[in-house]
Amino acid sequence: MVSTATTAGTEPVFHLEEEHAHAEGGSTMLGFWLYLMSDCLIFAMLFAAYGVLGGNYAAGPAPKDLFDLNLVALNTAMLLFSSITYGFAMLTMDKGRVAATQGWLAVTGLFGLAFLSIELYEFAHLIHEGATPQRSAFLSSYFTLVGTHGLHVTFGIVWLVTLMVQVARFGLIEANRRRLMCLSMFWHFLDVIWIGVFTFVYLMGMLR
Amino acid sequence: MPDTLTKFIFGRLTWDSLPLHEPIVVATFVAVALGGIALLGVITYFKLWGYLWREWFTSVDHKKIGIMYMVLGLVMLLRGFSDAIMMRLQQAIAFNGSEGYLNSHHYDQIFTAHGVIMIFFVAMPFVTGLMNFVVPLQIGARDVSFPFLNNFSFWMTVGGAVLVMASLFVGEFARTGWLAYPPLSGIGYSPDVGVDYYIWALQVAGVGTTLSGINLICTIIKMRAPGMTMMRMPVFTWTSLCTNVLIVASFPVLTAVLALLTLDRYVGTNFFTNDFGGNPMMYVNLIWIWGHPEVYILILPLFGVFSEVTSTFSGKRLFGYTSMVYATVVITILSYLVWLHHFFTMGSGASVNSFFGITTMIISIPTGAKMFNWLFTMYRGRIRFELPMMWTMAFMLTFTVGGMTGVLLAVPPADFVLHNSLFLIAHFHNVIIGGVLFGLFAGIAYWWPKAFGFKLDPFWGKVSFWCWVVGFWFAFMPLYILGLMGVTRRMRVFDDPSLQIWFVIAAFGAVLIAFGIAAFLIQIYVSIRRRKALTDPTGDPWDGRTLEWSTSSPPPAYNFAFTPVVRDNDAWWDMKKAGYNRPLSGFKPIHMPSNTGTGVILAAFSVALGFAMIWYIWWLAALSFACLIATAIGHTFNYHRDFHIPAAEVTQTEEARTTLLAAQG
Amino acid sequence: MKRFGALLLFALAGLLSGCDLVVLAPAGDVAAQQRDLLVVSTLLMLVIVVPVMALTVFFAWRYRQSNASATYAPDWDHSTKLELVIWAAPLLIIICLGALTWLGTHLLDPYRRIDRIEPGQPVTELHKPLRVEVVALDWKWLFIYPDYGIASVNELAAPVNQPIDFRITSSAVMNSFYIPALAGQIYAMPAMETKLHAVINRPGTYSGFSANYSGAGFSGMRFAFHGLSEQAFDQWVAQTRTASAALNRENYLELEKPSENEPVRHYASVDPDLYGAILNLCVERGKMCMNEMMSIDARGGLGLAGVRNTLPLQYDKFARRGAVFGNDPTYVASICTAEEAAAAARAASDATRTDWPARNLSPLRGAGLLRPGTESRRAEADTPSLGLLRQEL
Repeated sequence: MVSTATTAGTEPVFHLEEEHAHAEGGSTMLGFWLYLMSDCLIFAMLFAAYGVLGGNYAAGPAPKDLFDLNLVALNTAMLLFSSITYGFAMLTMDKGRVAATQGWLAVTGLFGLAFLSIELYEFAHLIHEGATPQRSAFLSSYFTLVGTHGLHVTFGIVWLVTLMVQVARFGLIEANRRRLMCLSMFWHFLDVIWIGVFTFVYLMGMLR
Repeated sequence: MPDTLTKFIFGRLTWDSLPLHEPIVVATFVAVALGGIALLGVITYFKLWGYLWREWFTSVDHKKIGIMYMVLGLVMLLRGFSDAIMMRLQQAIAFNGSEGYLNSHHYDQIFTAHGVIMIFFVAMPFVTGLMNFVVPLQIGARDVSFPFLNNFSFWMTVGGAVLVMASLFVGEFARTGWLAYPPLSGIGYSPDVGVDYYIWALQVAGVGTTLSGINLICTIIKMRAPGMTMMRMPVFTWTSLCTNVLIVASFPVLTAVLALLTLDRYVGTNFFTNDFGGNPMMYVNLIWIWGHPEVYILILPLFGVFSEVTSTFSGKRLFGYTSMVYATVVITILSYLVWLHHFFTMGSGASVNSFFGITTMIISIPTGAKMFNWLFTMYRGRIRFELPMMWTMAFMLTFTVGGMTGVLLAVPPADFVLHNSLFLIAHFHNVIIGGVLFGLFAGIAYWWPKAFGFKLDPFWGKVSFWCWVVGFWFAFMPLYILGLMGVTRRMRVFDDPSLQIWFVIAAFGAVLIAFGIAAFLIQIYVSIRRRKALTDPTGDPWDGRTLEWSTSSPPPAYNFAFTPVVRDNDAWWDMKKAGYNRPLSGFKPIHMPSNTGTGVILAAFSVALGFAMIWYIWWLAALSFACLIATAIGHTFNYHRDFHIPAAEVTQTEEARTTLLAAQG
Repeated sequence: MKRFGALLLFALAGLLSGCDLVVLAPAGDVAAQQRDLLVVSTLLMLVIVVPVMALTVFFAWRYRQSNASATYAPDWDHSTKLELVIWAAPLLIIICLGALTWLGTHLLDPYRRIDRIEPGQPVTELHKPLRVEVVALDWKWLFIYPDYGIASVNELAAPVNQPIDFRITSSAVMNSFYIPALAGQIYAMPAMETKLHAVINRPGTYSGFSANYSGAGFSGMRFAFHGLSEQAFDQWVAQTRTASAALNRENYLELEKPSENEPVRHYASVDPDLYGAILNLCVERGKMCMNEMMSIDARGGLGLAGVRNTLPLQYDKFARRGAVFGNDPTYVASICTAEEAAAAARAASDATRTDWPARNLSPLRGAGLLRPGTESRRAEADTPSLGLLRQEL
C-alpha cells in the first residue's frame, strides 16, 4: 500500500499513494467508551452525593424503614437476566441470524421493562408512604441516584426498539452491528452501575 | 383570555418579564435589534442565506466549524467585555455616597454574566475552535472522527450562548456570581428566572463541550497520519489531547452538579438547602472539582500555541519536547488534586488546607519547566518578531507575574487575607488574559493565513497588541494594590474615597483594552480589504514546521490530497529539509462526510426546551423534548452520510495550486 | 525616556504612600504573621521569577533575527543537564515554600487558639479570651458577647492585646467574616459554625465586612471594628448596657429579615440560647433544631413514624416560594420544646469546652508547633478533618 512519493526507491516516503483506510466507524468503539466513562462520572457524582447525604434523614425514615430487599433482589435479577439475554442477542448476531437476534433483543427489552415497572412500583410505594424526594436529603439523593439509572434504562429501551426496527428494515449490516455493539456496552454498563446501586444503597443501607 | 389559559401557554412569562424599566437594557436591546435587523437585511439582500446554510451552518468540515467557533467567541467577547467596562465604570464612580449608575439588581447580573460569558462562551469557543481547526491538519487527517457530532457540538454551544443572550432581554440573568453557590442560588433566595437561565445555558452548552471533547480525543488517538507516534505529535496536538481528556473527565461533573441544583429548584429536593439535611458546601466542592480542571482546559491548548509559535519564529526545534509533553500530562493529572484551594476559608482544617496548598504549588513546577523550555527554544535561535511572537513575549512576561501571585494564593494563610479580594481578581485575569487571551491572539495571527490564504495586517495588529498589553497592566495592577488594601470583589459602592483613584486607573486600562478590541476588529476588516497585498500563495508563510503548513491556504475540503507519512515531530520541516516534492498526479477519489442540517435542528429544539423549562412553559418543554428525541432517532435512519470527491475534482484543485506555486517561482 | 520612567515611579510611590495597604500593615498579630508569610513567599518566588523575566528579555534581544553575530543552532533541542536544572530549580523553591506552607498553615490555622499576643509575649492565664458570637444576617452583622450578655449590630469592639475567640455562623446564605487589620477571613455558613482566633494589638477603628457575595445588600454589609484600651472597652460595654432594646427570639426574627445599610444598634441583653438556636436554625418555636435532628439521624432517624412530622412553613423571612413540582415549603417539627433543645445544646457545648489557655506553652519558645506525641492529638481534635461534612455541633 505504501509506495514512494516520486521516483527513486531510496528516497524517504512522505505520503501514501492509496487512500488511507480509516475504516468507517473506526473510532466509534473508542468514542463510545469515552462517552460511557463520562456518563460513569455523572453516576460517580450521584454516588458521592449519596455518600455525603445518605445519612441525613431529617428525623425521617432511614433505609431500613423503607427498602424491601426481596423486591430489590427481584429487580436486580430482572436487570441481570436482561444482560444475559443481550449477550445471547450478540452471539446470534455474530452468526448472522436476524430472527434469533431480534427475539433475544425483544426478551432483553421485556426484562428491561419489568425492571422499570418494579422500580416505578417501588417509587410509588415510597411516595405513597410519605417518603418523597423532598422529605430529606437522604431521600433526595436516593431518588436521584436510582431514578437516573432508571432514566438510562428507559433511554436504553427506546434505543433498543429503534435498533430492532432498523435491523428489521436493513438487516444485520455493518452499521447496525456496530450500533448493536454500542447498545450492548451501554446495557452492560447500566448493569454494572446497578450492582453499585444495589450494594451501596440497598444492602449497605439495610446494614446501617 | 382566562388567566389559567394564559398561564398554561406562557408559563411565568408576562409583559413584566421584559425589562422595559431598565433604560440601559432597553437601549442595548434597541441597538442589538437594529444591528441584528441590519445584518439579516444584508444577508437577505445579497441572497446569502442559501450559501450560509449549505456551506457553513450545515457543514461538517472541521475547518469551517472551527472558524464558526471563533466567530461565536468573538461576538460573545463583545458582550462579555461590555459587561466588564460597565463594571469598571460603576466602580470608578460609586464613591462618596454616589450609588453609581447601576442598581444592585442590574450590577449583580452584570458581574455574573461577565464571568459566565467570558469562560463558557468566549474562552471555550475560542479554544475549541482553534483545536478544531488546527488538530486534524496537524495530524494529517481529513476530518475529525465524528464530523456530524462536531457540527452538533458547535450548535449546542451556540444554543447555550443564545439562552444567555436571551436573558438580557427576556427576564434576567443570575445574580449569584459565576458559580451560583447555593443556598443563594436556591429557589428560596433566587426565585426568579436568572439562575434557571444560568443552569439551562450551561447544560445545553455543556453537552456540546463534552461531545466535542470525546470527538477530538478519538481524532487524535485514531486519525493520526502513519508514522506519527504519540511522541511525534506536535505539542499543540498534545496539549489539545490533554485538554480534551480534561473536558471529558470534568464536564460531566458540572452536568451532574447543575442537575442536582436543577432538582432543588424545580422539584424541591434537598441537596443544597439548609434544612432537611441538605449541604450547600457539597455544591462548592463538586463545582470546583469541575472548575479547577476547567482552568487548565483553557490554558493548556494555549501553552501548545506558544510552543508552536516560539519554535517556528525562532527557526529552531522546540527545546525539551519530551519534558514539555510530560509537563503537560503532569499538569493534567494534578489539576484534579487542587480544587479545595478555591475555598481554604471554608475551615477545612490545617492538614487538608496544606495538602491542597502544596499540590497547587507542585503544579507550578511543570509550568515553570515549560517556561524554561520556551526560553531555551529562543536561545540560539533566529527570532523573528512577527505578531504571534510578540504575543508570546507579552505572555512570557505577563503570565509569570500571574503564576507567581497564583502560588501566593495557594499558601493558605496568605489566602485567608487575599481570598475573594481584588488581588484574586487581578491574579486570575493576569493568567487568563496574559495566558489564554494573549495565546489566542498569537494563535489567530499565526493560523489566520492558513485559514484564509492571507496574513493579518501587521500595523493594526500591533496597535491592538500594544493597547491590550498596556491596557491589561493599567486595568489590573491597580486591582492588585486594591486587594492589598483589603478591598473585596463584587462590591457595587464604596465608602473610602482614597480607593477611587485606583478604580479610575483601572477603568482607564479597560478603555485601552476596548481600543485593543476595536483595533483587532479593524485589523480583520483592513486585512480583508488588503487581502491581495497580504496574500500568501505558498501555504507556508512563516516557514512552518508542522503538517498544516504543507497543504494549501486555505486547505481544500479534503485537507491533504495524499495522506502524509511522518518521520519526525517537526514533520513539515523534515519534509522540506529532505527535499520533498509535491505529488502532481495519481489522485484518487476521496471519501468525505456529507453535510447535514440535523445538528442545527437538534440544537434549536434544545434551546426551545431550555427556554420552556426556564419559563415553566410545560407544553413547549414536552413538545420540544419529543421533537428532540424524534429528530435524533430519525437521523439514525439515514445510513448514507458520506460521498466521494471525484478524482477529477481533486486533480483540478491540486493543479490550481501547482499553477499558483509555479507563479511564485 | 529614563527620566519619564523615574517620574512615573515617583508618581506611583506617591499614590501608594497615600493609601492604606492594610493587608501589608495590619494591626493584629495574626494578620501580621499572615503578612510575613505573604512577603516571604513572594521573595522566595522572585528568586526564580526575576531571572526568568530577565532571561526572556535578554534572549529576545540577543537572538533577534537582525543580530547575525549570535550563534544559531536550529537543531539543538536537548540538554540533559539543562533539563535537570529546569526541573530542579522550581522544585527546590517549591520544597521550601511547601515546608513554609505546612508550618504556616498549621500555626495560623484559624481554629487554633493563639499562643502569643505579639512577638515575645505568650498568652498566659492572665489573658482571658473575649468570646464573640458572630452571625451574618441579610445584610448586616450581629455580634453577641456571651460573657457580657450584650449584643450589637454592625459594630464590634474588643480590648487590645487580649485574645478574641470568634464563633461564626450565618442565618441564611454564605458570607465571609473579614477584618483585614485583625486576621484573615473565614466563611460564615448557615447551620455550620466556623471559628477564628485573633488579637488586636493597636487601638483604633478598623473596617470589617463580608468578603463573599451574598445578595443585593452585599456592598453595605460593613461594620466598624473598634480596638479599645481596657477602660475604653469597659466603657463601651457599659454604654451598650444602657441601650433600651433587648434581643430575644421574637425581635431576632424581625432583625433577621433582609435589610440593607443598617445603622449600628446595641442590645442591653441577649437571650443566652439565641446563638445556639440561630446556629441550629431553630429560632422559630416548634422547629426542630439541627443538632437534635442530627443526633436523631445518627441513631437511625425516626422511622416511618417521622415521615409526616413536617408542618407547613408559617414564617419565612423571604416569603419564599417552593419549587414548582415540589410541595409547599415545610419544616420538620420539633419533638421537644425550644428550652429543652437549648439546654441540650448548652450541655453539649459545655462538654467540649476546655479551660483557657491550659496548654503547654513551651513550644512557643521553640518552633511553635506542639511537640510530636505530647498533646498533638488534642490539637488535631480541635480541627475538623474534612469540611465536606457538616461541623459537629
